Amino acid sequence: MAPEKNSSDLVLLDFWVSPFGQRVRIALAEKSLPYEYVEEDLAGKSDRLLQSNPVHKKTPVLLHGGKPVNESLIIVQYLEEAFPDTPSLLPADPYARAQARFWADYVDKKVYDCGARLWKLKGEPQAQARAEMLEILKTLETELGDKEFFGGEHGFGFVDAAFAPFTSWFQSYEKLGEFKVAEVAPKIAAWADRVGKRESVAKSLYSPDKVYDFIGVLKKKYGIE
Amino acid sequence: MEEAAAKMPEQPAVKLIGWLSPYVHRAEVALRLKGVPYELLQDDMANKSDLLLAHNPVHKKVPVLLHGDRSIPESLVIVEYVDEAFHGPPLLPADPLARAAARFWARFVDDKLWKALWVALWTEPGEAQVALATSARESLTLLEAQLPEGKRFFGGDAIGFLDIAASGVALWLPVFEEMAGVTLLADETHPALCRWAREYAADEIVRQCTPDMTMMLAFLTPKRGMFMSTAKAMAA
Repeated sequence: MAPEKNSSDLVLLDFWVSPFGQRVRIALAEKSLPYEYVEEDLAGKSDRLLQSNPVHKKTPVLLHGGKPVNESLIIVQYLEEAFPDTPSLLPADPYARAQARFWADYVDKKVYDCGARLWKLKGEPQAQARAEMLEILKTLETELGDKEFFGGEHGFGFVDAAFAPFTSWFQSYEKLGEFKVAEVAPKIAAWADRVGKRESVAKSLYSPDKVYDFIGVLKKKYGIE
Repeated sequence: MEEAAAKMPEQPAVKLIGWLSPYVHRAEVALRLKGVPYELLQDDMANKSDLLLAHNPVHKKVPVLLHGDRSIPESLVIVEYVDEAFHGPPLLPADPLARAAARFWARFVDDKLWKALWVALWTEPGEAQVALATSARESLTLLEAQLPEGKRFFGGDAIGFLDIAASGVALWLPVFEEMAGVTLLADETHPALCRWAREYAADEIVRQCTPDMTMMLAFLTPKRGMFMSTAKAMAA
C-alpha cells in the first residue's frame, strides 16, 4: 500500500458562504488536517476549478496531491478513507453507516433547494416551500430525537457535519418563512446551539446576518425583490 | 469456518421490498454478487404496502432492504451497505480516490444523466427535443469516458459500484427508447458504452434479476402520459 500522502498536499477550492464547502471545512477541522484554503470567485471561476470539476464546475473541490475530489459528501467520505488514523465522522458498524448516509443524503437533497425556493418564490409557491421546510425540520427533529448529536453513540458525526452549515441559514429561513425553528423543531434548535459552539463548526460558519445579506445579494442578482 | 459466514454473528433473513424498478435491480444485483440469499417482496407501487410505508416513511419508495430488524432505503445506500455487511467480492474499489470517483459518477447518473435522458425521451418532437437529445448524448459521452481502457466494466474485470449504478442505462433505457420512439444510445455515437451495456445485460448474475423486458414494456406503456408530464416539469 502506498504511504499516506503528506496532508499538506490538501487544497480546498471553496466559496466562503457555501454550506457544502463548510461541510468539508468542518471535516478537515475535526480531523486536524492542515490544508490550503482557496476562495473562488464564482463570477470568474479559476482554470484550476474548471479543470478539476469540468462536469459541474462547482465548489467545493478538494485537491489531494493535485488530484480532485468533488461533491461535499463524497469529499468527506474520501477524507474518512484517505486518513483512517484521524477522528472519524462515520461509525464502524455497516448499519449505522447506512443510516448516516441515508440522512446525510436526505439533508443534501432537501434543505438547500427548499430554502432557495423560500427566497426565490412568492405567493403560493413560496407557501408550499415554507410548508415543505417545516416538514423537513420536523422529520429531522424525529430522527434526532433525544440524541445529543445525529451521530448518536458515535458523537458528532457525518450527518451533523452535513447539516451543521445550514444552522447559519435558519435565521434567514425564519425571516422568509415567518416561523421559528425553536417552535417548529425545538430539539433541532437546541442541536443547532450545541453544534454552533463546537470549534470545528464555529470556525467554519459565518454569522446568520452575513448569510442573510448574502441572500440579499443573490436576490438582486436574480432580479427578485 | 468463520470467514464463510456473513459478517453478522447470526444469519438473519434478508428481504427486499420492490418490483420492476431499476432501483430495485441495483439492490438485487448487489445481493446476488455477494452471494446473499434474499426474498423479494413484490410491492405494487399503486397500492404501497403497509410494510413499505412502515420501513420507508420518509420517502415511501422502493427498494427497501430488510436485514433482520434493520431496514435500509435508497438503492445506492443499500448497495454500500451490502458491500460492507457481507463477505464476497468487493463492489467498491479499494483505493480512496477510485471510491470517490465511483460515488461521483454514480451521483452523476442519478442527478444529471437520467434527467437529461428523461427530458430528451419524453419531450414532444421539435427543435427543443433535438437540443435536449444532443445534451443527453453529451452526458452519455461523459459517462462512457469513465470506462477503463480495455475492460468490460466500469469496475474493471468485474461488475462494480458504478456498473450497478448505471445499470438502468443498460437495461431500462432501451425499453424507454422503444416506448418513446427516440434513440439516444447507439453504436454509432457511443460504441464503448453500447459494448458495456451488452456485457452488463449478458452477465449471468445480472440476468437472474433482470425483469422480462416485454413485461416491463407492458407495465410501463400506460405511464407514457405521466412520463411526458414529468419531463415537461423537469425541462421548465
